Amino acid sequence: MKTLMGVTLALLPISVWAASTEYQDIERGRYISVLGDCAACHTANEQQPLSGGVALETPFGTLVAPNITPDLETGLGRWRYEDFKAAMTEGVGKGGYHLYPAMPYPSYTLMHDEDIRDLWSYLQTITPVENAVEANQLPFPFSIRSVMRGWNWLNFDQQKFEPDPQQSDEINRGAYLVESLGHCGTCHTPRNFMGGEGSNKFTGATVDGWYAPNITPNTHVGIGGWSEDELVEYLKTGGNRYDFASSPMADEVRHSSQHWTDDDLYAVARYLLTGAGMESSDWDREPPEPLPEDDAQVRAGSHIYFDRCSGCHTPDGGGEDGIFPQLASNPLVNGDNTSSLIRVVLAGSRPVATDAKPTAPAMPSFAWNLDDNEIASVLTFVRNSWGNAAAAVSPEEVADMREELQGE
Amino acid sequence: MATKLPPTDAVVVGLGWAGAIIANQLVDAGLRVVGVERGPWRDTAKDFNIASVTDELRYAQRQELMLRTAQNTITMRNNPSQTALPMRQWGSFHPGNGTGGAGNHWAGITFRFQPEEFRLKSHLEERYGADSIPDELSLQDWGTDWSEMEPHYDAFEKIAGTSGRAGNLIGGKQAGGNPFEGERSSDYPNPPLKQPYSPTLFADTAREMGYQPFPVPASLVSQTYTNPLGVTMGPCTFCGFCTNYGCANYSKASAITTVLPALIRKDNFEARTHCEVLQVTTDSAGRRATGIIYVDSAGRRWEQPAEIVVIAAFTFENVRLMLTSNIGEAYDPATRRGTTGRNYAYQTANNVQLFFDNKNFNPYIGAGAVGMGIDEFNNDNFDHSGLGFFGGGSTRVTPIGATPINARPTPPGTPRWGSDWKRATVDNYASTMSIGCEASNYSSPNNYLSLDPTYRDRLGRPLLRITFDFTDNDLRMAQYVTEKTAEIARRMNPRQIVANPRVGPWDGRPYQSSHVVGGFIMGADPSTSSVNKYLQVWGVPNLFVVGASAFPQNPGYNPTGTVGALAFKAADGIVNHYLRNPGEMIST
Repeated sequence: MKTLMGVTLALLPISVWAASTEYQDIERGRYISVLGDCAACHTANEQQPLSGGVALETPFGTLVAPNITPDLETGLGRWRYEDFKAAMTEGVGKGGYHLYPAMPYPSYTLMHDEDIRDLWSYLQTITPVENAVEANQLPFPFSIRSVMRGWNWLNFDQQKFEPDPQQSDEINRGAYLVESLGHCGTCHTPRNFMGGEGSNKFTGATVDGWYAPNITPNTHVGIGGWSEDELVEYLKTGGNRYDFASSPMADEVRHSSQHWTDDDLYAVARYLLTGAGMESSDWDREPPEPLPEDDAQVRAGSHIYFDRCSGCHTPDGGGEDGIFPQLASNPLVNGDNTSSLIRVVLAGSRPVATDAKPTAPAMPSFAWNLDDNEIASVLTFVRNSWGNAAAAVSPEEVADMREELQGE
Repeated sequence: MATKLPPTDAVVVGLGWAGAIIANQLVDAGLRVVGVERGPWRDTAKDFNIASVTDELRYAQRQELMLRTAQNTITMRNNPSQTALPMRQWGSFHPGNGTGGAGNHWAGITFRFQPEEFRLKSHLEERYGADSIPDELSLQDWGTDWSEMEPHYDAFEKIAGTSGRAGNLIGGKQAGGNPFEGERSSDYPNPPLKQPYSPTLFADTAREMGYQPFPVPASLVSQTYTNPLGVTMGPCTFCGFCTNYGCANYSKASAITTVLPALIRKDNFEARTHCEVLQVTTDSAGRRATGIIYVDSAGRRWEQPAEIVVIAAFTFENVRLMLTSNIGEAYDPATRRGTTGRNYAYQTANNVQLFFDNKNFNPYIGAGAVGMGIDEFNNDNFDHSGLGFFGGGSTRVTPIGATPINARPTPPGTPRWGSDWKRATVDNYASTMSIGCEASNYSSPNNYLSLDPTYRDRLGRPLLRITFDFTDNDLRMAQYVTEKTAEIARRMNPRQIVANPRVGPWDGRPYQSSHVVGGFIMGADPSTSSVNKYLQVWGVPNLFVVGASAFPQNPGYNPTGTVGALAFKAADGIVNHYLRNPGEMIST
């Protein structure tokens, strides 16, 4: 259903609903804000929550998340509930201007009315912070907000979440969390040329120079080989035997999923691992054959691996659970997009530290003592050993990432 | 003039092993704790990169992890008749700097002292007669006992993930462990490390000779281990860059790999690094510590008031802070009165080198604490009647890793440079091993710590002066245990052995050991000790001074296990006794 914004707005009644002051509603709203990970974009300063300021680098330019505290001049202090609801469900701010979909209203539009109301009630209770944010820092012509009218017509369906009566309550809860509040697709679904979430849902996409991996039930490149417990462990503690959450996903775990209830995390795991909301034709395909052991790159890479990597990741790629990720049969290693792999070898990475897993073991940087050829070879070896199979990595890909990182 | 900060419940000076452990325990008890650290915040992820940490020039030769002597050092002399001179480059010992302290570059050897040690004076008098202890020794009991220490050793081993084999587990002796250890309430949290060739050969020979070899207890984990604070360590890879280096594999236990990652997340803890403490402030009567004064890296001075003050720096700085803050009476060797600076002791390091033909020990495979040892000639495990000395040493083979600059073993008679020297280093690199004997050092009235009258640090404070030499007792002991070690070496049938018993006088230039102890010792009598068995300063009940500075003398073991246990003991005293009833925990 394509909706014309102006029509909907005109039909809205005068506000009759004031924010709730009930403890239960406000507390529920606080948890909704955690589920929705509002802080990821709206909290730049931990001492001044939700006062905005996080810059988002999009392919179209820079957007800065606004101040959503109740400050009268620089926040949402003059908004009514209806203004907030329109922003959440229609992508339209107070006064009728269009939001950019870096604000995931294409996901939040699915939210239950009760959840939007409780979230609004909670937002009324937080400390107002005076912090003026220039949200729109896009270059012309994207800086013209009305271009979003056409974008919405093509890429946005305003609709409510409808549970699937064929599925269990748990799967439906998982669907709601993944599709709406959790807005997983915002990062994990490839975007079309206009920056809209297109087909091939959850099959992975690039965000801020990192690859947000495939989270479909595919066992080779997706997370289909993970148990529900392993997926919940990842979301709740920041890591499991295959991976530790780094960079954008580290922020997600830090602000959001480590604070979710176990019931909600298992609902998400069940929904994703059963593929309930996805088209199997998008993700269900045979893995490729690994490159042969006598491939020149694989052979060269094996020597580098044993010298440089096997001390931690172990000679058989098994890793050490809780500290050094297992590389064998690891979907992150097999992904079509190698940007995260190249990035962590070049620049190293520090994952999220959580109360459950405070260690946050680092991957060291090898940019200074492995050249592009060597990194391409060792990654090609890892991508074609111990159950892994994937295309070779070229030295040019490594060179490109090296150049990109030097620009950061 | 120092700017006064808002008060806190407790301030902890030094974030090495002792300070981090105590801070964590106090925070968990609900106290607001400020940790103050002289050096930088150190962290495996940013400081110890696996690809760059194996740099011998940087870490072993240029001593990057150690305190800079331009910031602070000590002066040294052998006896009170000499004028002390400052140590301008660390030689004999390696004080650390930054969070983790010397615990970042230690070897990881984690012994528990034996039960007799905590009442050494009484034990020797009971066994050998009331007047058996020679006048040149000033041995003392610790004012505590094994039953009070054991739970805290247990707690420390579980934090550090110590890998070893129990020899005396509750209910009976265990084959393959150390038969001389005190009874343990639980086994080591991790099994022993695998053994390289040289310790294996040593253990086989020792066993043939009737000794009972055991794996050296190592806080280098033998398998992936998550400690009770939820911090995870990875298995040791025997990389050979261990002692003097930070560990890039998360294998070597230190405060930064076991305590601080959990502690720094807790809301009521705050760490202030690059902040050097100048003094402990007290009330006008000197009966209560009111806080500390420190200077930050910009030179600004701050006063941090606190209800409880814990000093947990290295031995040297613990004692100097007490001297400069006028806590206790400074020790005077002429009258033997006073306690601050009393009973400074060291370690008597001996070794025997073995040169073989046709053996390859692969000596680059190593770790600071991997190895096999025997304790038949340690402490009072053998009858000292008629020997003319007390004490002994831990005899062991611990291949720490033969690094390219330093590990150039050559037999006597080899030129010191040139092509013959080069050829000899090639011939002997792989086929040489050594047996060490880390032996006791018993305190003596003339070995003590005081403020230097001449040399001052950059802030104008007097340097700490060490007056120390090995006693006749220790030199006779060194000869004896080195000969016992040489007997084992000869039985191993090398081409040649070279025995190196410690000889006097103490020379500050070559590295011997960082096991400097005493100077602010624990005991039951305020006239001969500075702290009681809870590490609480006599007469200043809200001040605690924790570390190897509390050892009244040093047995033939590495000190860190006991430093960790004392930290848990002090924290236990504060949380379970002092907070309920603030005041002197032992009445005299």
